[in-house]
Amino acid sequence: MTTLSQTDSLSQGQRWLRALTEKLAGRSLAETGRQLLLPAIGIALFLGFWHLAAPQVQTSLGAFPGPAQVLEQTGQLWQEHSNQRDRAAQFVTMQEERNERILTENPNAEVKIRDYPGAPTFIDQIFTSLGTVLAGFVLATIIAVPLGIIIGLNRHFSAAVNPLIQIFKPVSPLAWLPLVTMVVSATYVSDDPMFAKSFLTSMITVTLCSLWPTLINTSVGVAAVNPDLLNVSKVLQLSFWTHVRKVVLPSSVPMIFTGLRVSLGIAWMVLIAAEMLAQSPGLGKFVWDEFQNGSSQSLSRIMVAVLAIGFIGFLLDRIMLLIQKKVAWNE
Amino acid sequence: MSKSHLELTNVQMAFDTPHGPFVALENVDLKIRKGEFVSLIGHSGCGKSTVLNIVAGLLQATRGGCVLDGHEVNTPGPERAVVFQNHSLMPWLTVYENVELAVQQVFRKSMNKAERKEWILHNLKLVNMDHALHKRPGEISGGMAQRVGIARALAMKPSVLLMDEPFGALDALTRAHLQDSLMEIQQDLNSTVIMITHDVDEAVLLSDRIVMMTNGPAATIGEELHIKLPRPRNRVTLADNPEYVHYRQAVLSFLYEKQRFPGKGQEEQGEQNTEEPAPIHTEETPGVESSQPESPVRRIA
Ligand SMILES: Nc1ncnc2c1ncn2[C@@H]1O[C@H](COP(=O)(O)OP(=O)(O)OP(=O)(O)O)[C@@H](O)[C@H]1O
Ligand SMILES: [Mg+2]
Repeated sequence: MTTLSQTDSLSQGQRWLRALTEKLAGRSLAETGRQLLLPAIGIALFLGFWHLAAPQVQTSLGAFPGPAQVLEQTGQLWQEHSNQRDRAAQFVTMQEERNERILTENPNAEVKIRDYPGAPTFIDQIFTSLGTVLAGFVLATIIAVPLGIIIGLNRHFSAAVNPLIQIFKPVSPLAWLPLVTMVVSATYVSDDPMFAKSFLTSMITVTLCSLWPTLINTSVGVAAVNPDLLNVSKVLQLSFWTHVRKVVLPSSVPMIFTGLRVSLGIAWMVLIAAEMLAQSPGLGKFVWDEFQNGSSQSLSRIMVAVLAIGFIGFLLDRIMLLIQKKVAWNE
Repeated sequence: MSKSHLELTNVQMAFDTPHGPFVALENVDLKIRKGEFVSLIGHSGCGKSTVLNIVAGLLQATRGGCVLDGHEVNTPGPERAVVFQNHSLMPWLTVYENVELAVQQVFRKSMNKAERKEWILHNLKLVNMDHALHKRPGEISGGMAQRVGIARALAMKPSVLLMDEPFGALDALTRAHLQDSLMEIQQDLNSTVIMITHDVDEAVLLSDRIVMMTNGPAATIGEELHIKLPRPRNRVTLADNPEYVHYRQAVLSFLYEKQRFPGKGQEEQGEQNTEEPAPIHTEETPGVESSQPESPVRRIA
């Protein structure tokens, strides 16, 4: 098989080279230019409108922020973050120096390094949110894909769970949240918890809200496998597992990924709402804190968060698209 | 005739439909010898695929049954390999992997890895597809994909090869080429073949026997024609062989005169109709080869 895959990679290399030369050729440059130009015009128009309209909107915290204020606050938030970083680093070096001193005096002394106790910055909150959303999304995927396969394969099972899916699918995260919070506080009792309760609450809420598109798409994709291919599988007498691995799954991968992308989008949206409501760390909490804070910069800072949320959501979708292109055979 | 290898006895097939049962086949009896090449011919929708699917085990006859080498056929299995009408390759697997899936399944125990690889390549060479091992079905032509489908079926070393209009969607040249390859392969392996076709010339050229089916509903076997042309057969020299012309005539007369109205009851046969039913094509109408009307119900094969 080695020789065979070599020829394969060669032809792939050639294809890539051809694509590259085509990219470098003038015609396709003009094409790329046109592809970038229209979105650029759209964004410019939007910024112009925003700039002109924002001062007209008066709130109790002053005028609605325009692009300039938002840009300024973006820099500000970044500055706060790097300051915080520096202080945290200093805090750790201080402790290390102190520990070293203690150890030279008494080599058996127990030393430890405490984390910097400062409040999380905007950037920290972004990463907290990303971690939570990924955990919730992965959990949703782990539940939804196998369950979807079973539903898609078995008509009776499908008929049994279909009403449940239809009923739970439209439930808003805000409705789940109090229940999840109560259940988590009641059941997750441990002296040395591995996860924070707030993290678990947000994550489970995200899972509950985002698993439906993947579940539904997987079951539809599995049920829609070409009957001819099912016949091939029967003639070959493939075992159940081989059948699922070699026929059902590859055939439904495109549908599953469409579902996963919708799920991830929902997960991200739900997470922000859950964090706001539950006061669990993350971007949602940042927005809520700024809102409660009510300083003259709050609106600009919230606007920064809004744009960051949108941008990250867009990036997440792009990443899923890339994975889909790698995995799915029809891309 | 020696003891039959494959035997369909008194087969009835009734489909459940929203308007009650639909009897597609009634009293189908067919005995096939080992190594025999049998063609099934008949108008669209008469029940040819249904017969094939019963032999394949993909459908269960509502009465009667199918016996292969003394064992009743109840489930599908690789000893009755099927070449489906539309190749039915897994679109996500390469040509090589498609055949590999079958070979791995059938010869998991009896062949080691190297032997399996050799066997896969051997079968792809048989159909002249060893040049495109790592292409996906979407990247090769319909004729090429059909050849891979045939290679996959042959690679299972089936005792019966079932083919549902294997060359239906191909152009005349590719079709002729594949017919010749199939004749050679079948001679070499002495495999039993049941092939559905709409093409009279194809049926006469390839078969030892042509089984002609009456129109449905409740279709059955109308006539059987034993083709006693010597093998190997050559399409060019046969073209004006009087025996060949006679066989061809016999099939055409069954289809056009005795079973003229596809899908209608037999009582209407007396009426005059000069229109040629579209699915039957002959050498005189090379242009219409690939245009067959869809059967009213979604294809099951
Ligand atoms: N699953 C099914 N349910 C109901 N009716 C069916 C089903 N499968 C086939 N039929 C009917 O049985 C009859 C025979 O169908 P079949 O597919 O065997 O025809 P065919 O001879 O193969 O036709 P074609 O030449 O167009 O492929 C048709 O009238 C068809 O409508
Ligand atoms: Mg058919």
